[in-house]
Amino acid sequence: MSYLTITDLQKHYENYHALRGINLSISEGEFVVFVGPSGCGKSTLLRTIAGLESSTGGSIELDGRDITEVASSKRDLAMVFQSYALYPHMTVADNLSFALRLAKVSDAEIKEKVRSVSASLQLDALLERKPKELSGGQRQRVAIGRAIVRQPKVFLFDEPLSNLDAALRVQMRLELARLHKKLGTTMIYVTHDQVEAMTLADRVVILNAGQIEQVGTPLELYRQPNSRFVAEFIGTPKMNLIPANRILRNEDTLSIDIFGQQISFPANRLKGPLPDSVVIGIRPEHMSLVETDGDLTGRIELVEHLGSEAYAHLQLSSDQTIIIKAPARTELKDGQEVCIKIDTSELILFNENDRVISVIPEEA
Amino acid sequence: MTLNQQRKLKTILTGLFAWSVALVLFFPIFWMFITSFKTELQAISVPPSLFFEPTLDNFRIVQERSDYIHHAWNSVVTSFGSTIIALIIAIPAAYSMAFFPGKRTKDILLWMLSTKMLPAVGVLVPIYILCRNYGLLDSKTALVIIFTLMNLPIIVWMLFSYFKDLPKEILEAARMDGATPWDEVVKVVLPLSVGAISSTALLSIVLCWNEAFWSLNLTASDAAPLTAMIASYSSPEGLFWAKLSAASTLACAPIVIFGWFCQKQLVQGLTFGAVK
Ligand SMILES: Nc1ncnc2c1ncn2[C@@H]1O[C@H](COP(=O)(O)OP(=O)(O)OP(=O)(O)O)[C@@H](O)[C@H]1O
Ligand SMILES: [Mg+2]
Repeated sequence: MSYLTITDLQKHYENYHALRGINLSISEGEFVVFVGPSGCGKSTLLRTIAGLESSTGGSIELDGRDITEVASSKRDLAMVFQSYALYPHMTVADNLSFALRLAKVSDAEIKEKVRSVSASLQLDALLERKPKELSGGQRQRVAIGRAIVRQPKVFLFDEPLSNLDAALRVQMRLELARLHKKLGTTMIYVTHDQVEAMTLADRVVILNAGQIEQVGTPLELYRQPNSRFVAEFIGTPKMNLIPANRILRNEDTLSIDIFGQQISFPANRLKGPLPDSVVIGIRPEHMSLVETDGDLTGRIELVEHLGSEAYAHLQLSSDQTIIIKAPARTELKDGQEVCIKIDTSELILFNENDRVISVIPEEA
Repeated sequence: MTLNQQRKLKTILTGLFAWSVALVLFFPIFWMFITSFKTELQAISVPPSLFFEPTLDNFRIVQERSDYIHHAWNSVVTSFGSTIIALIIAIPAAYSMAFFPGKRTKDILLWMLSTKMLPAVGVLVPIYILCRNYGLLDSKTALVIIFTLMNLPIIVWMLFSYFKDLPKEILEAARMDGATPWDEVVKVVLPLSVGAISSTALLSIVLCWNEAFWSLNLTASDAAPLTAMIASYSSPEGLFWAKLSAASTLACAPIVIFGWFCQKQLVQGLTFGAVK
């Protein structure tokens, strides 16, 4: 059953249409991540849910109550800001208890709640400090603690980790995942870091120019994108996209022409009619380098060694390069001619409108 | 010259410059101060004498002729009273303009400031008549009202520019924590703005304390503040420099001492932005 339901939500700024009809339902306890390129409206959507921005159309319903017009302070949501937004004039303890004091919770209960939250976030030793006497990671913890202490219906996070250094970020990411497991509270998380999105989310919402591009589990988005936008957005290195000029059908296979070389594709995986031209998409790990009997040939331009694996950049033609994942100890030489074998079951076809026109076969 | 020497030289030069500016600014006050201890004859002697036997006669005469405490009390009541009232009006005004700006907020601010461009004498007659009709001539009430209105634009403007620089997210965090607008102002904005508000208040008090135009025109004796008292030494029987200086010294003293005590707030407030 849907816990948070967003229906045709619109947000117009003075001269910008930032949210263009968002429909989304989130179940209780879910961890939902909003991702998308900068300026696509992630923060706007989150802030509209929080009530910090007013919507200009549509509705938001939380736990059976229409909260579209309810003030932020009465929505029972907690938010963690990118800049932490701690109260600079209050100690850590006062920051943590501010909401409880406003809600006129009894002193004994406040004390107990602050104690248990600060223990779980390792803030015990810092309770008497002011925010300016804390490190970035500690401030982040306080900000999270301030949200937890209130036991809200939903947690909202707006890029909470983006001001931390890489190591701390990974650590906090794990802590957040643990926290979600422990509390089981619904969380909505905005990020433009797709690793955070993939690792934290039960479901990922991909936004583009104020609209939802696709919603799904991380793996669904990775394997079955709806559009070229999603395919390119998810995954590092990016999915390879190769334009194919001619596409022929003989019996139950399609023969696709790529720079004069043919690859074949089962016709029953095509949705809809045969288009004149397609773009094929294939992830770097779904291709391999072979001695003989390849689908394509190319010339090695550059090999990137990452230690556990390597990525070979191959030139297919003068203006088309692709990236292939290679074993860590590959001994490829720059300029070498190689054969490439494509795992066609992972091949995706896009039409000229950048929509996907192929289906991924069910796993055997 | 090594880099270190260059740096030292730079420190010395900037120090010298700062001191000379400070001395130039301070000199008239210093001159007023020593003149107040001279006899009338020494006060007008050319070349002026730096070494003389100081006398307290001027102060005695000033106290005899005009009741210093009475005027000082008027100054205190009018400057502090009007500043408090102005703050009570200005804080919510600046808050709403800084955090909930509308399309016309900038225009309103400019319009407020523009009222300061009008020469005060331009509205002297209407205000005088208003005061007369309401029986407010020579009353502290009139001065408090005028001073409040006079300083309101500056106070709103100063508070607005401070509030505007407060990180908006802190207030949003408070809102998410369940704070009503009242809680936001009282529990978050005000504690964060103590420095800015006290320096704004101090500026307003100083401006009121030194205000002469309206004091002279709207008061006679009952409500006359110190500025009006000083002025009474310049007109009727010609100029008496030493007595005038003594009166001025007496008028300046309280505010200088007050300012001295508030130095810390003032510096903090003038350098603002101590939030991060
Ligand atoms: N107050 C505002 N007035 C006008 N336009 C705004 C305002 N706030 C945001 N926008 C516009 O709305 C769009 C969405 O902004 P939003 O902050 O939601 O982006 P975002 O997805 O969070 O981006 P980022 O990843 O950079 O944080 C942007 O194009 C932005 O320019
Ligand atoms: Mg954002």
